[in-house]
Amino acid sequence: MTVLTLKDVTKSFGPVHVIKGVNLEIRDGEFMVFVGPSGCGKSTLLRLIAGLEDISAGTLSFDNKVVNDVVPSKRGIAMVFQSYALYPHMTVYENMAFGLKLNGRSPETVKQSVEKAADLLQIRQYLDRLPKQLSGGQRQRVAIGRAIVRDPKVFLFDEPLSNLDAALRVATRLEIAKLHHSMNKVTMIYVTHDQVEAMTLADRICVLRDGLVEQVGTPMELYERPDSIFVAGFIGSPKMNFLNGRFAAPYGAATLGVRPEHIEIKPSGGTWTGSVIHTEILGSDSFVFVDVGAPEPVIVRENGKTASSPGQTIQISPMAEHLHRFDTAGKPIRN
Amino acid sequence: MTVVTATSLPAAPVVSSELTRQRTRSAMLFLLPMIAALAVVAGWPLLRSIYFSLTDVTLNNLAGAKFVGLRNYLTWVTLDSGRTIYSGVLVDPAWWNAVWNTLRFAFVSVVLESILGMAIALALNADFPGRGLVRAAILVPWAIPTIVSAKMWAWMLNDQFGIINDALLRLGIISEKVAWTATANTAMGAVLVVDIWKTIPFMALLILAGLQSIPNDIYEAAEIDGVHPIQTFFRVTLPLVRPALMVAIIFRLLDAMRIFDLIYVLTPNSAQTKTMSVIARENLFDFDKFAYGSAEATLLFLSILIVVIAYIWIGRVNLSGSDR
Amino acid sequence: MNGWAVVKRTSFYAFVALIIFESVFPFYYALITSFKKGTEIFQINYFPTSFSLENYVGVLTQGSFAQNLFNSLFVSSAVVLLALFLAVTAAYALSRVKFRGRGLLLMTILSVSMFPQIAVLAGLFELVRFFHLFNTVWALIFSYTIFTLPFTVWVLTTFMRDLPVEIEEAAIVDGATPWVIITKVFLPLMWPALVTTGLLAFIAAWNEFLYALTFTSSNSTRTVPVAIALLSGASEHEIPWGPIMAASVIVTVPLVVLVLIFQRKIISGLTAGGVKG
Repeated sequence: MTVLTLKDVTKSFGPVHVIKGVNLEIRDGEFMVFVGPSGCGKSTLLRLIAGLEDISAGTLSFDNKVVNDVVPSKRGIAMVFQSYALYPHMTVYENMAFGLKLNGRSPETVKQSVEKAADLLQIRQYLDRLPKQLSGGQRQRVAIGRAIVRDPKVFLFDEPLSNLDAALRVATRLEIAKLHHSMNKVTMIYVTHDQVEAMTLADRICVLRDGLVEQVGTPMELYERPDSIFVAGFIGSPKMNFLNGRFAAPYGAATLGVRPEHIEIKPSGGTWTGSVIHTEILGSDSFVFVDVGAPEPVIVRENGKTASSPGQTIQISPMAEHLHRFDTAGKPIRN
Repeated sequence: MTVVTATSLPAAPVVSSELTRQRTRSAMLFLLPMIAALAVVAGWPLLRSIYFSLTDVTLNNLAGAKFVGLRNYLTWVTLDSGRTIYSGVLVDPAWWNAVWNTLRFAFVSVVLESILGMAIALALNADFPGRGLVRAAILVPWAIPTIVSAKMWAWMLNDQFGIINDALLRLGIISEKVAWTATANTAMGAVLVVDIWKTIPFMALLILAGLQSIPNDIYEAAEIDGVHPIQTFFRVTLPLVRPALMVAIIFRLLDAMRIFDLIYVLTPNSAQTKTMSVIARENLFDFDKFAYGSAEATLLFLSILIVVIAYIWIGRVNLSGSDR
Repeated sequence: MNGWAVVKRTSFYAFVALIIFESVFPFYYALITSFKKGTEIFQINYFPTSFSLENYVGVLTQGSFAQNLFNSLFVSSAVVLLALFLAVTAAYALSRVKFRGRGLLLMTILSVSMFPQIAVLAGLFELVRFFHLFNTVWALIFSYTIFTLPFTVWVLTTFMRDLPVEIEEAAIVDGATPWVIITKVFLPLMWPALVTTGLLAFIAAWNEFLYALTFTSSNSTRTVPVAIALLSGASEHEIPWGPIMAASVIVTVPLVVLVLIFQRKIISGLTAGGVKG
């Protein structure tokens, strides 16, 4: 169980600065998710922690020991790659046993560890198969199994669900969550661009943008108290509504933010009036797109099926306790 | 919450990790045997050959070579009568004849091989029953060793018993049997025929690979646009296949300039076909003019060097593989 | 079906037939010649007229041709094994490890394959004599490296470059050193490339003439190309076409069979060096 500390970590590829100075502490046993838009550096940061890339400046420490110079296999990490990266010519058993054999473990120890991991992931019956004989989901489990077998102090996941279809993604997400619980809470670092995965799996989320940390906190902290317009807009689906100018002014802010689920449709006396331009009915909820005279339509969430239809004029009000106010610099106004 | 502001970044000197160092060390170790092998087998002999060209070395006394500067290449003697006599490879008419033969051969063979190779590649690119059979058939000339091809064609081109003379006579194309490989006018033609026969598969396959990398929808778009097939070829196909074509051409050009085997076996001792390689070897081993022959070999090396540099400069070929 | 389409279709197939004909006829003709007995050779026939193995028996039992076949086989195999061994490790360094001067090194290696063989002949001759290898097959194994090694390095580097990065990274995380990565992870994945490169190098070595001609002086050490070129008859002016054709067929048939079996691999090997280069 390990504490990771990143201090002023930067990474450049030649003239291109990808990571521009990251300070972060990852606590013992927590499930930390790195999330952010494409190109923000989250995968690079993960690879720096793994040791697959050199850190240009700054220090990375495991339990207060600087590991900048330590090779990946000696850092006590294990990695699950986006494309599984299974050795195509080896059976599942050999894939999982490979690292252990290299470290000189006896065949009995190897067999024990592999079978234990295989049982945990329910892939025991596939031990004799080659990767090409398995489905995507099964391969993913083998990749995870290969990582478990290393008995790592830190588990690294690089967008492991991107190659799976939607249904499989939800199922595997659940398995990863269960895995975290059952493995005595090993420290796990997980990279994804999908904020739903982040919200559901993380103990804490680190939002990255452009090589820098935007905000770190628990999912609820990021949801309820975003520290910037960027984080406010990134977390939550559909995106938070942002209104400027005459809409925000009455609240003493340059920008007003309110989530679709925090706007109510009022029969009368609503704060804003507008016409419905589009509705999306999903069955469990509906989303109503309202043109209130702002550059972008305001999205309102309703339970079940909505009564509104395009062309109608309706009145909407934001819930006072769920308003987010931002100043001209994009910083929250809290008092 | 840790909020980090972007400060100006330090100009970081790259501190390479243990992993990188380990890998670089291994890389050096892996490369060493190969580099050593090439140095011994190619590097040293090349330097030695060039050195020999600057000495008075003879075949029987390789160790006793003495440096004489550029004498083998060009030197002159002024007689008492005031006349200057020049000698050396650079003023040797036999040498320049060889150069001319080489250039003639290289140019004609590469042009014809490109055109015919392109034609065959286009045919193979089409989908038709028996395509596999044709592809297998064209590999046959390529698979046959050069010497064997030379003998097979020498037999077919034989003036007395050759089947080609027989066929051409019957078709009325010629009026009497021609000694293709022995007659001055036709010797080069014979060599060209055999070389082109042997090399077309190589050209065709390289061009075909280039053709097959052109996505089909481009042709479909051209068809919808109503572009005439000939126009399609020159405006669409040719530009897109150009990279593969250029690679094929440079390989063939270099091979053509170095040609030895075919000429030595098919048309030995023919002044019309003697290329630079042939004449150099003649001087090296047959005429006991080892230093002279070395000079000729060095000049061939330099001409190839010039062609390669010119090609890279013109084509700006990227060979460094820096994407990994 | 309109007339123009018929003309196009027929001329296309005529063209295809022509291609097949011109590719195969010379070999076919050598074949039927080789089956002719004695003076039958001097009659010109377009179709096979006899089926005698006289020439074959003669070529294989008289003279040193059988020995020459063995020499060629030995030399070509040895050269290929040597080149592959040196090239596999070098290809790893050149394709997977970033270091300064890598591009320059690749270019230098490639440029070696562009040396005209005659340009190094003088220097090689001296070396061969110096190592007392003259008139032995070792001289050939030694000198053939000059063209087999750059080629194998180049093609194997191209193939290795295409292996997925993540598999190597997984191996690194598993604790594999570069040597383990090459032998346990990459080599099993690369054997098609090894077969292809090996085959192409084998054919090139088998085919070689200049060095074989220059570095061997007796019939027992010669290789097949030189043996065929020097096959001579009883008198100075008599060329033994029958035996020559038989020898040609003996040498060609295994090569053609090999090439046809492995044609897909060969084509991809040739074009890997070409198109991607």
